Amino acid sequence: MKRIGRGGYAVLIIAGVYFITPLVLTVAFSLWEGRGHYGVSAYKTLLARPNLARDLFTSVRLAIATCAALIVLLVPAMVFMNLYAPRLRPLFEFIAALPFVVPAIALVAGLSALFTGPEWLVGTPYYLVIPYFFLALPYAYRAIDVGIRAIDLNTLTEAGLSLGAGMGQIIRLVVLPSLRSALIGSTLLTLAVVMGEFTFANVLLFHTFAVLINEVGQNAPTEAAALSTLSFVITWLAMLGVLLAGKRGVGSLVAVK
Amino acid sequence: MRYAVPYLFIFVFVALSALFMVAPTVTLAIQSVSGPEGFTWDYLRALGDYRYVSAFRNSIVLSAASAVVGVLSGGLIAHTVLKPGAPRGLQSAVTSFSAVAANFAGVPLAFAFVATLGSLGLLTQALKGVGFDVYAHGFSLYSITGLTIVYSYFQIPLMVIIITPALQALKVEWREAAENMGASDRQFWRLVGLPVLAPSILSSFILLFGSAFSAYATAYALTSGNISLLTTEIANVLSGDVMSSPQTGAALAVGMIVVMVLVLGGSAVLARRAARWQGSRR
Repeated sequence: MKRIGRGGYAVLIIAGVYFITPLVLTVAFSLWEGRGHYGVSAYKTLLARPNLARDLFTSVRLAIATCAALIVLLVPAMVFMNLYAPRLRPLFEFIAALPFVVPAIALVAGLSALFTGPEWLVGTPYYLVIPYFFLALPYAYRAIDVGIRAIDLNTLTEAGLSLGAGMGQIIRLVVLPSLRSALIGSTLLTLAVVMGEFTFANVLLFHTFAVLINEVGQNAPTEAAALSTLSFVITWLAMLGVLLAGKRGVGSLVAVK
Repeated sequence: MRYAVPYLFIFVFVALSALFMVAPTVTLAIQSVSGPEGFTWDYLRALGDYRYVSAFRNSIVLSAASAVVGVLSGGLIAHTVLKPGAPRGLQSAVTSFSAVAANFAGVPLAFAFVATLGSLGLLTQALKGVGFDVYAHGFSLYSITGLTIVYSYFQIPLMVIIITPALQALKVEWREAAENMGASDRQFWRLVGLPVLAPSILSSFILLFGSAFSAYATAYALTSGNISLLTTEIANVLSGDVMSSPQTGAALAVGMIVVMVLVLGGSAVLARRAARWQGSRR
């Protein structure tokens, strides 16, 4: 019973084949140069595209801006809600669940029906930070909520206040450091989500990395496979970061205690 | 005014959510019932047209099918790697891979499968080479079946991630108690394990359903109009590709929200039932 057994190995092997085949074949496809030749020419033409760096950079900037918005807006709001207005918790839970109930495509329909201006808002790619904030909200909220529950926020604050610290100092020196693993985790998850986000960018006609992948894919299949490979590596690096943050996070919590 | 700053932060967050999340949703609801001459049911009634009914059906079937595949396979995989006899490192390897695969969705995922199982994909060609032409046997990557295979690529790992904590929380004592009383493996799962896990499995199913239901990028890159799904229909309206009014798009979006609310509501009822059942057994 305790052993994996023949059935268990069968499950793992089938799963392994299903998950690894597309990855291996995508890499192989990206290296295919036709007529039995293999090489890195798809990657070379890809890197030579003038808009690759530009669109990748747009996505990176959007990802950073979204993470910044989550840290500047969401984290203080959640900390203060827990400290001063716990009765608002159901409202916060409701807001955090909304992006799940209202699919991205519905939200973008509503946004474009409601906001047709002003130009300084809807005319720049940074407009996307608004929907991305809500796209990342459910994940980030969950991660930060778990982080806040894991530390005794009230006791920490009272201890800080009785030692003569101001609220700003407490947040900077006590609360944020003890939420570090939750923050790193949700930041990297947000990075992964924003880097791959296609719905909002495509409908609102902004040029981001995911939109570029789609564009390339329509006329250059091997390059698209190369971009998919690249995108998998980016996701993999972000998740590696989350996992490492999680491991170190346990240590940092212990250190705080 | 010590509390002014904290309340300001809370207010800003709630206000932004109201402005950019709630207001657009309300706008959709209003738009879907306002015609050129004021209030009308026409646009919502138009959802009964064959074209939109099939979009609803395709979306719901695809989401439910990929969620079922995800729940079953993901649950089985998580259960297997959590067995105490599993090789060392297997569990963390599977968890980390799941974290990556669950986030590897959208256009890149679509192209990975085009390179594999598309009509010119390497696997398709290889199978053809050994005399098995899957496309001649009615398979297509650009069908509901094909999409289900693609969606499973992020659904299964998603399930592994969210069900692992619940499986870990199954107490070893229960299992030992059951074994001491002579229960077989099957009896343990039927009478103890699955009933205890039922609420977690149900909420995982909802999460998976929702993630497939709102998926747009993968569908867009793969179907290109072959199969109509709710997300691609709405996007068509928004980009002005088809002769539909914005109100139809709004009505479709409202329809999507209603489906999600119904699914969530239904699961809440089922969860309460499960809780009552468990309470009566205690």
